[in-house]
Amino acid sequence: MSVRARLAVFVLTFLGASAASAGEVNLQVPVTEIAEQIYDMHTLMLLICLLIFVAVFGVMFWSVYAHRKSRGAIAANFHENTTVEIVWTIVPVLILLGMAYPATRTVIAMKDTSDPDITIKATGYQWKWGYDYLKGEGEGIRFVSALSTPQDQIDGRADKGEHYLLEVDNPVVVPVGKKIRVLLTANDVIHAWWVPAFGVKQDAIPGFIRDTWFRADKVGVFRGNCAELCGKDHGFMPIEVHVVTEEEYSAWVAEQHARVAATAEDPARQWTLQELAARGQEVFAANCAACHQADGKGMPPAFPPLDGAAIVLGPKGEQITTVLNGRPGTAMAAFGKQLSDTDLAAVITYTRNAWGNSTGEMIAPSEIGAARAAN
Amino acid sequence: MAAVTPDQLHGHHHGPTGLMRWITTTNHKDIGTMYLVFALIMFFAGGVMALTIRAELFQPGLQVVQPEFFNQLTTMHGLVMVFGAIMPAFVGFANWQIPLMIGASDMAFARMNNWSFWLLPPAALLLVGSFLVPGGATAAGWTLYAPLSVQMGMGMDMAIFAVHIMGASSIMGAINIVVTILNMRAPGMTMMKMPLFVWTWLITAYLLIAVMPVLAGAVTMILTDRHFGTAFFNAAGGGDPVLFQHVFWFFGHPEVYIMILPAFGIVSQIIPTFARKPLFGYASMVYATASIAILSFVVWAHHMFTTGMPAATQLFFMYATMLIAVPTGVKVFNWVATMWKGSMTFETPMLFAVGFIFVFTMGGFTGLICAIAPIDIQVQDTYYVVAHFHYVLVAGSLFALFAGTYYWLPKWTGHMPSEKIGKWHFWCSIVFFNLAFFPMHFLGLAGMPRRIPDYGLQFADFNAIATIGAFGFGFSQLLFVLAIVKCARGGERAAARSWEAAEGLEWTVPSPAPHHTFEEAPLVR
Amino acid sequence: MGHASDHYFVPEPSKFPIFGSIALLLMGSGAVMWLNGVSPGNWMVLAGFLVLVYMLFGWFGQVVRESEGGSYGRKVDKSFRWSMGWFIFSEVMFFAAFFGALFYVRSIGLPWLGDADNALLWPGFEPTWPNAGPIVEEAFTPMEAWGIPALNTLILLTSGATLTWAHWGLLKEKRGQLINGLALTILLGVIFLGFQAYEYAHAYGAMNLKLTTGIYGSTFFMLTGFHGLHVTIGAIMLTVMLFRSVAGHFTPHRHFAFEAAAWYWHFVDVVWLFLFVVVYWL
Ligand code: HEA
Ligand code: HEA
Ligand code: HEC
Ligand code: CUA
Ligand SMILES: [Cu+2]
Repeated sequence: MSVRARLAVFVLTFLGASAASAGEVNLQVPVTEIAEQIYDMHTLMLLICLLIFVAVFGVMFWSVYAHRKSRGAIAANFHENTTVEIVWTIVPVLILLGMAYPATRTVIAMKDTSDPDITIKATGYQWKWGYDYLKGEGEGIRFVSALSTPQDQIDGRADKGEHYLLEVDNPVVVPVGKKIRVLLTANDVIHAWWVPAFGVKQDAIPGFIRDTWFRADKVGVFRGNCAELCGKDHGFMPIEVHVVTEEEYSAWVAEQHARVAATAEDPARQWTLQELAARGQEVFAANCAACHQADGKGMPPAFPPLDGAAIVLGPKGEQITTVLNGRPGTAMAAFGKQLSDTDLAAVITYTRNAWGNSTGEMIAPSEIGAARAAN
Repeated sequence: MAAVTPDQLHGHHHGPTGLMRWITTTNHKDIGTMYLVFALIMFFAGGVMALTIRAELFQPGLQVVQPEFFNQLTTMHGLVMVFGAIMPAFVGFANWQIPLMIGASDMAFARMNNWSFWLLPPAALLLVGSFLVPGGATAAGWTLYAPLSVQMGMGMDMAIFAVHIMGASSIMGAINIVVTILNMRAPGMTMMKMPLFVWTWLITAYLLIAVMPVLAGAVTMILTDRHFGTAFFNAAGGGDPVLFQHVFWFFGHPEVYIMILPAFGIVSQIIPTFARKPLFGYASMVYATASIAILSFVVWAHHMFTTGMPAATQLFFMYATMLIAVPTGVKVFNWVATMWKGSMTFETPMLFAVGFIFVFTMGGFTGLICAIAPIDIQVQDTYYVVAHFHYVLVAGSLFALFAGTYYWLPKWTGHMPSEKIGKWHFWCSIVFFNLAFFPMHFLGLAGMPRRIPDYGLQFADFNAIATIGAFGFGFSQLLFVLAIVKCARGGERAAARSWEAAEGLEWTVPSPAPHHTFEEAPLVR
Repeated sequence: MGHASDHYFVPEPSKFPIFGSIALLLMGSGAVMWLNGVSPGNWMVLAGFLVLVYMLFGWFGQVVRESEGGSYGRKVDKSFRWSMGWFIFSEVMFFAAFFGALFYVRSIGLPWLGDADNALLWPGFEPTWPNAGPIVEEAFTPMEAWGIPALNTLILLTSGATLTWAHWGLLKEKRGQLINGLALTILLGVIFLGFQAYEYAHAYGAMNLKLTTGIYGSTFFMLTGFHGLHVTIGAIMLTVMLFRSVAGHFTPHRHFAFEAAAWYWHFVDVVWLFLFVVVYWL
């Protein structure tokens, strides 16, 4: 086989393979107008590039085939031609202008976040997303959304589910056909909020608010990932958005508000050590175990153990400050912004009584409130 | 043109011998050899990391390494390949070839040249040694984005100092190259008569001098943010994490052209030789190279489309980036026109050069697709970008390095490299390369992020293929080592002009090139 | 073919570079240990520094001997000129990174932090300059341009003039003028550094302005600090030139080392002018 034939077979094999599993070889099926534009733009670009590619390499491989010494080719001696050189400078410029036009339109449309129906703030944490419904129907709803795939599936001790690594405990819910503006920020390092089917990806930059928007045309469940390296579990902080009808959305909002009312903490509630520690264990599993590990042993030296740690066994004030304010410049975040007083009290109580730690001490939610106030 | 006078053949070399010869040498050929050997070792080090990454990604789930270590591998793979393998390899070529190609007796500053090389082993020691310290190597990606890099352990500090040292090495090396080219050309060799490899290196050296200090500044700010409480990248203190990205990419984008322009130069030497026809459009090649270099300073934010810049900024950087396709296109067209109506043979260097043009252009096109801001917002930080830059870096820079090695090995060793091994190396490389990296386009488009140790089930098939390809590609590189070792030890004797139609001063000296060449400058007409 | 006079000086094998590498390895790994509280990092840095000083003395000593011994022809001289020029350019780019950072925070970063959306995170934040960020813990006084800094500008500008005067002395073979001019320049440089040190002490004490005072403190101290470091290096270079002048080196036709040090001094001077305008004044 000639070089050209070999390469042709090779390329065809790939194209064949691609066609066989369409949908997994191209951009995801778009469900917003922007994503649609991006999809079409990509197809167009691909075709233009393919065309140029075939033309240029058609010429090259023809030359490789025909002008080889073994076929008796004698070398010509030309080495410049101003006309040709000008032509092949100008023509690409024109092609590029043709490409830039639709791209410019889409960029401008993507940036237009004005007049949203609903505004949601998404905050990136290591390694989960916090959502705050700021404006529009559902205002006031807030929750944290983390990976729900069990560790056993990741470690290969259980069969992997259909949505392996792309599923969360609390998905974002939005109504279909409404303009949703998403404000992005982060608490620790840069993350990125990405839902491919919406054509949306926006970095979440700690200390800054950035925004983006989408309007989903179809109901359904759409999944994405954090798309900016954010440390150990960057691969494990997915995004799941449920686009539902307006009625379903209203129902969901009502349910959320009802749940908040039902579970509202009675600030005067008297906790026992057991109750608080039990709750703390859940909080710990959801918020701390990623770094300090469920067994409290941490992953030294990057993540210190809490089992037997001096600070956990020592006076409680210092531990409260650490968890409340974090340690700037390290992965230890300020959990004061994420967790309620009760949750903080619970998790601190838990760490002081779990594993080999048995101080028998209980931290009351009011102590957290006092520590916050002292700040 | 009798370039070599009899006394030069005596190899009157009185300096130290043994290891001390290599440590103290001021000879550009010795130093070039050291650079090349160093780069090869680092290439294998970085390659082993890549293969570990690919092994983990063979199947969904965590099997081989833990996420923390995976991120360290990704980061160090990028750093080692870029700063340890590709850049030093090109400097090695510059050392060996530039004096030979312009008829100079050596580099302008031979002692400093030695230091430029000998700074690399300490830097490599700091970089690779960081795997062994508490907390391990830095895991913030080769781009070292703040504030993640501010969180890292002491491995990050080692990487920072390694970057400082490598930067010093690159700046000294670049100044040496600029001065050698400007000041030491043989009489009669005007600028527009210089071989293209020399031209591309001249321009690359300017890029290095301009951007390596900026990288040094960027990592210095990280260092002070980490340890001295400055707030460059901390919003609470009025800084901005995105500031780091601007400074980094002001270095980073020219950096990728630093890794490709000398490759263009090598290919521009090889194609005419094996097409037996002068290079088409020499002058436009020079202008295109310069245009690429100048444009490279105004496109950096195309790596930052998703940071949320104003529309006008996005558009500016999009247009500027797209423009680079024009001069690069000129180069591709010129190479094709050089081959047109030539009388071609396909020895190993030519195979790699043709392979380079073909596969690099694919990488160029995917780069252009990335440059379209709305599309980039979809593919940024996905495997599509990984595919793009391995097409330009592996099939681009690396293939050109292979081509150049086979092309000039006769001059370096005095023996012709084995065509059989060379051809095997080429065909295995190009097939496995595409097997490894082509599926990554699909993965990226379908939504697989980069820098993740584990992924959803829908990405499993292509990842498995990519891993098989990567291992095939990696093991094919043992053929390269074999070819070099065999060539160094013996084989068919090479003539002074080792390839039938090779042009240029380097082919006027015997093969292997004697220790000292052109002590009397040759005259170029 | 070829001309014997074209012989370009290629030095013999040298042991100095490897000492330089060992020095940097010691200093690099020592600094890493020091910063992370691992002993004996500080001693390693010191050891590395001593090796570096040894290497610099040895290397430059040899260069001086070669130069005085007449090994360097006209072409080598030209190489030195090109290389010093491009070295200074690389230094310019190093400063550009920090000036760029200052420009970025002042005209892009801070205004962004203070815009309407970001009020969600930092309510009531006013992005004025000087600024230490939304979380200002302690009040500080910004640096004033028209005190010591203005005086320092004058001092550095004068030092540029005295240096040129010394150069004229060299060209006109007035060794006294050369030596006096150099000494005066160095003295002015030292006075500049003295004022700078006083200013820093004052900032840390009375003004509560520190490296950790948000972005204002960061940019102020990093820019002026790196400049001060360069003044120090320049002053050391000039001191070497002073000793060489006393020892009778340099002729009106061959004194590149002197010129290199002078170029460097002027570069440091120009950086200061930029600093004065954008860091202190505006
Ligand atoms: C050798 C290295 C190299 C080279 C040469 C290039 C070349 C190009 N690169 Fe690439 N790039 C990288 C290395 C390189 N890149 C790396 C390492 C990264 C990732 C860094 C990281 O995040 O870790 C990256 C990332 C990267 C991005 C950011 C992606 C993202 O993170 O979202 C973008 C976006 O614009 C881009 C664009 C381009 C373009 C337009 C070119 C152009 O120069 C290509 C021009 C060439 C052609 C276009 C083909 C030939 C032309 C013709 C045949 C003419 C006719 C054609 C037309 C008119 C269409 N590159
Ligand atoms: C500069 C050049 C360069 C080169 C040559 C390569 C070469 C390779 N890279 Fe590269 N890669 C980068 C630069 C480069 N890479 C960069 C900059 C990044 C981004 C990093 C980041 O995200 O921060 C990256 C990231 C990157 C990723 C993404 C990781 C992630 O996002 O998590 C992957 C995944 O497949 C990958 C794979 C490979 C492979 C398989 C090769 C192959 O070509 C390697 C070939 C293999 C060998 C050469 C090994 C040979 C060894 C043997 C055969 C064993 C024999 C053993 C002994 C002799 C001891 N690379
Ligand atoms: C993203 C990773 C991460 C998460 C999640 C995390 N921590 Fe930490 N934690 C750290 C790191 C890193 C340190 C060490 C900081 C340092 O070096 O000072 C730390 C330190 C601590 C310390 C001080 C330990 C010592 O010995 O000094 C306590 C107490 C602590 N964390 C409690 C918690 C609690 C409670 C939670 C959950 C509510 C939590 N952490 C969640 C990373 C994390
Ligand atoms: Cu969060 Cu990646
Ligand atoms: Cu780029």
